[in-house]
Amino acid sequence: MVPVSYYVVLSALLFGLGVIGFLFKRNIITMFMAIELMLNAVNLAFIAFSRALGQLQGQVFVFFVIVVAAAEAAVGLAIVILIARNRKSLNIERVDLLKL
Amino acid sequence: MSEFLAQHSLLATSVVKTVIFLILVLTALAYLTWFERKVVAHIQSRWGPYRVGPHGLLQPLADGIKFIMKEDPMPAGVDKFVYLLAPLLAMSVALTALGLIPFGPGTIKLFGRETSLGISDLNLGLLFLFAITSLGVYGVALGGWASNSKYPLLGGLRSSAQMVSYELSLTLSVVGVLLIAGTFSLREIIQSQGGWWHGIPRWNLLAGPAPQILGFFCYFTAAVAETNRAPFDLAEAEQELVGGFHTEYSSMKFAMFFMSEYANMITVSCLATILFFGGWLSPFPASGAWSATRYIPAAVFVICGLTLIWDGIRYTTSSGKIVLPVLGLVLGAVGAMTAMPFAINIIQGPFWFLTKVLFFLFVYVWVRGTLPRLRYDQLMSIGWKLLLPVSLANVLLTSLALVVKNR
Amino acid sequence: MTMLLFFALAAIAVAGAVSLILQRHPIHSALSLIVVMVALAGLYLLLGAEFISAVQIIVYAGAIMVLFVFVIMLLNAGEEERTNFSRMAAYVGLPLAAVLAAGLVYWTAHEGTGAAAPMQRPATRPLAMLLFQDYLFPFELTSILILVAILGAVVLARREEGRE
Repeated sequence: MVPVSYYVVLSALLFGLGVIGFLFKRNIITMFMAIELMLNAVNLAFIAFSRALGQLQGQVFVFFVIVVAAAEAAVGLAIVILIARNRKSLNIERVDLLKL
Repeated sequence: MSEFLAQHSLLATSVVKTVIFLILVLTALAYLTWFERKVVAHIQSRWGPYRVGPHGLLQPLADGIKFIMKEDPMPAGVDKFVYLLAPLLAMSVALTALGLIPFGPGTIKLFGRETSLGISDLNLGLLFLFAITSLGVYGVALGGWASNSKYPLLGGLRSSAQMVSYELSLTLSVVGVLLIAGTFSLREIIQSQGGWWHGIPRWNLLAGPAPQILGFFCYFTAAVAETNRAPFDLAEAEQELVGGFHTEYSSMKFAMFFMSEYANMITVSCLATILFFGGWLSPFPASGAWSATRYIPAAVFVICGLTLIWDGIRYTTSSGKIVLPVLGLVLGAVGAMTAMPFAINIIQGPFWFLTKVLFFLFVYVWVRGTLPRLRYDQLMSIGWKLLLPVSLANVLLTSLALVVKNR
Repeated sequence: MTMLLFFALAAIAVAGAVSLILQRHPIHSALSLIVVMVALAGLYLLLGAEFISAVQIIVYAGAIMVLFVFVIMLLNAGEEERTNFSRMAAYVGLPLAAVLAAGLVYWTAHEGTGAAAPMQRPATRPLAMLLFQDYLFPFELTSILILVAILGAVVLARREEGRE
């Protein structure tokens, strides 16, 4: 039987890697993917605790997190398309001024 | 060795079943191409492959040798990793999906362990089947993009947009069946379709409080679109986009895309028989005066064997005059064996299952040979504006019918 | 056996996450993220959450990541330019991060709560009961959320053309 703490450590590792990716990458789409990685790490923690406590609320919450991530990805990527169209670049360092 | 096998019997049975299954499926895929070429040819008033072996039966072998021996160029400027990954992904996803399908009832004993007929038997089988087919989009999208060329990119994007759109209607049209059966397990869905009602078998298509006719037509249309087959094959047709996402692929990699398309066809046909046509259940009751219908498999084999013998004797080439009657005799012998008491009950389930799957594959090829191609915007508007509302309506009507029945 | 599967899937997930950060082209990062998601779906199966595992593959790996791949292809995103990694990050930051990670692993791995509580198998029916009875209101709210997201995405990404 795998102790729950192993899953929590894995979730923390993945979350940390997501944070590193978000801070160090400069392509907007890759930063977005690092955010999705963080969301996935949190989902893993939810399900691990849901198993440890024997309750299903954790899985219900993961269901909602997945749905919200889908909605957020759709709108976020539409915004990314707009940014790329207006500024002709996907580099986040070119998107630091309100002026085009 | 034998106690290793006894301890790890799950692993051993899985490996043996997978190997047998792979051999059978790859052969079936090869002969499915032969089947398609012959049927489309006869629809178009010509003969199809005729020379490579009697009745073109060795054509798939010749094609396979051609694919292996052909030059395998890698275009300049492609992303090598993704270029090589795309056909592998398409093929592995297609074959994995086939591993979830049960081919017959009951269990067989292998290495001292009762296993089902079919590689796995999950109680969430249908859901995982949809999960795996939804990964099939990547083979097409990545293949088109990695080719570093205009037409494949457009073809890949269009194909994958089409697949993603029709996936929705595909899964929704199946929800009616799930409501009736109450389970995701494919085996139990088939078992819930047993029994007869005034002479009509209680398959999900026809019987019960909510006959799933609408669901079946939605499912089959969405499935034809999902597998990128005619009349929805604009994105890969030669006259339109030079070949779509697989333009820059040749030899073995193209063969993998090709095979994955046929494997998806087989998966979809198997699902259609399981969900709507009763799977391995025979349309005839097995009791009383109808028990003679248990000999139908044997009769079919013997009749096919006799036809082959009769045709082979009058065949044109001398090799055909020998090979075909021999094949006919083999089929006749198989038919006689299945009429024996030890085999007659085992053969019923797989025989009816394979017959129904073959019927659906024939409908697939028939539709390809008959209907004209749809334009891309017509295709997408059918997917979103027609099939999606119709499958939602099917879910609504089915649940209403079930509520009224249970009241 | 479960331990072996856990470590294999965890290694695949961490390798995918590291690859996400280290790859230069966004499409390779997207493929690494897909690998992470499939590995996580396997971990959910180990934890007894079969329905969520299938939903993860259908929605996350099969739809959201397809959206990411589409956008990368449409925008023709290229490789990132090379920049000089800051020396502070390389010589101080990464070792500190490694020490932090090692400490985290050491402290929590000894914390281990023993065997997990038994779950009902399969978990689909109780999950559906919870979702449609206790959590019905959030469920309906998420459907409105998705509708709003669809409208937003369509309006935002539409090409601005003059009507003739």
